[in-house]
Amino acid sequence: MIEVKDVYFTYPTGVEALKGVSLTISDGEFVAIMGQNGAGKTTLVKHFNGLLKPARGGVLVDGVSTKDVSVAKLARTVGFVFQNPDHQLFSETVQEEIAFGLRNFGFDEATSEKRVTWALNLLDLTEYRKTSPFMLSGGERKRVALASVLAWDPKIVILDEPTIGQDHRQKENLRQFIVHLNSQGKTVVVVTHDVEFVAECGPRVVLMTGGAIVADGEAKRILTDAAVTLTASIVPPQITQIFLGLKDFGLPVDVIDVSEAKRVLLEYLKGGSGA
Amino acid sequence: MTAKVILGNHFWVATLKLLPACCCKQGGDPQQLAIIEAKALAYMYPGGTKPSLTDVSISIEEGQFVILTGPSGCGKTTLCRCFNGLIPHFYGGELKGELTVAGLKVTKHQIFEMAQKVGLVFQNPENQLFALSVEKDVAFGLENLGMARDDIRKRVDWALQITGIADICERAPHELSGGQQQRVAIASVLAMQPQIMVFDEPTSFLDPLGAQKIFEVINDLNKKLGITVILVEHRLDLASRYADHVIIMDNGKIALDGEPREIFNLETTRLLGVGVPKAVRLWHLLQQSDIKLEGVPISSEEATRYLREVLKR
Repeated sequence: MIEVKDVYFTYPTGVEALKGVSLTISDGEFVAIMGQNGAGKTTLVKHFNGLLKPARGGVLVDGVSTKDVSVAKLARTVGFVFQNPDHQLFSETVQEEIAFGLRNFGFDEATSEKRVTWALNLLDLTEYRKTSPFMLSGGERKRVALASVLAWDPKIVILDEPTIGQDHRQKENLRQFIVHLNSQGKTVVVVTHDVEFVAECGPRVVLMTGGAIVADGEAKRILTDAAVTLTASIVPPQITQIFLGLKDFGLPVDVIDVSEAKRVLLEYLKGGSGA
Repeated sequence: MTAKVILGNHFWVATLKLLPACCCKQGGDPQQLAIIEAKALAYMYPGGTKPSLTDVSISIEEGQFVILTGPSGCGKTTLCRCFNGLIPHFYGGELKGELTVAGLKVTKHQIFEMAQKVGLVFQNPENQLFALSVEKDVAFGLENLGMARDDIRKRVDWALQITGIADICERAPHELSGGQQQRVAIASVLAMQPQIMVFDEPTSFLDPLGAQKIFEVINDLNKKLGITVILVEHRLDLASRYADHVIIMDNGKIALDGEPREIFNLETTRLLGVGVPKAVRLWHLLQQSDIKLEGVPISSEEATRYLREVLKR
């Protein structure tokens, strides 16, 4: 469980990135932290694994303050996948990249080997096992970064902008993959501004703007609230935009999904012809 | 013309009208030549194990707004690197086939010559900016060409104006937001007054609103200045509305090539794993239930308009 209690944080440059943020993420939750660039999303999640420590307030992971444990120790529980994979990758082959963390956490060679194979397979990277991460495309490097964190099986996984540079099919894989992780009891926190991705996943959405949380709730409710999305400079999903333009027909506007959109439209048309 | 589309182990034959090799947008002006013409391009990176491009033939007309998409690793970026000669001059290896860009045979002209015709804007502006101020960054390419000071001044002001960053011209690029940085990167390329601009996923680091603003800047360059735009993009929900030509690559080959509505309409497109706009997906689903819209909507505005007609009936 992650408990964020009235956290303030100011960067050395003087930028106040967090202004009194409080948030509780329970075990097994799937949370998307959304908002425009500069809203404080990444600053907030960097507090979850102790990379940043609050200037005021406190962050507790499983009841322990992040001020009292090392980042290295916290990393075993809280896996963090960075937005830019180049900030994370450094090994000569994909295989070594994934094995590095495992070795650091003291896994033996045999287990390490098994976990590497598992992670490569999971993220569709097996063919690149012996390739240099820097030979790969941006999207592939992101998957390597993700594989290297998942390999040590942290209880909480934080993904900072995981959909950047991923094509449609990989996004779909990522979605199924996150849902799968989550269904196995892992806590998943995704930082993203990919509205369509969130609309397809349907997690709890925490919306930030200007270093504060402005909305917190079900994706379907938050993403279709025109006033709220406007405050946070978020563009509603395309399906919602379509339904916002059909409001005067008495159709609901809280529609984020294509199949639901079809159902609602068919129902309306059926009702109309019957009347 | 019929395009045969090869997908995995299956053969899909799609009756798809390809853009004829030598026509402009409508009607076909036989005088107008393609600004980019590729014939049977093939390329493998030195040290690579499989070719990155195989039998790539495309024709892009001057003034078109082209979306180039396809699964990651399909060869989109590799193809873009050919347009300004980074392939083969910088990356090495042999570029087979024929590629003519703005009248120049790419294999016969150096990168600096090609760079005056074709500007490239990358995914992450951080990798492209390095000067201490925005205007110095924008002026850099021109200084390298040895242009006169006054002319540089004029060009820089023009580029800053068009990209909407004149007010921040003295700021340091690294202090700016991602969206502003990407505009600086675009202005730096624009200042060279290229005929063609290639954008390789220019908005993937930006939030939706920032992305929309960049797409609008790109659209202005295309519609107002007549610059031929090639936009590499996965997020078709956001970008489709601007395009008049879509090229989908798969596994180093051209899989589909044509007009956006036609392409998104094809089942093959979905099978290729291309994220067609949600508006098109909704159209498909409604079609299956015998609800016919006026046309294939590629933006939410179009979908709303077509749906309103149906709901009024």
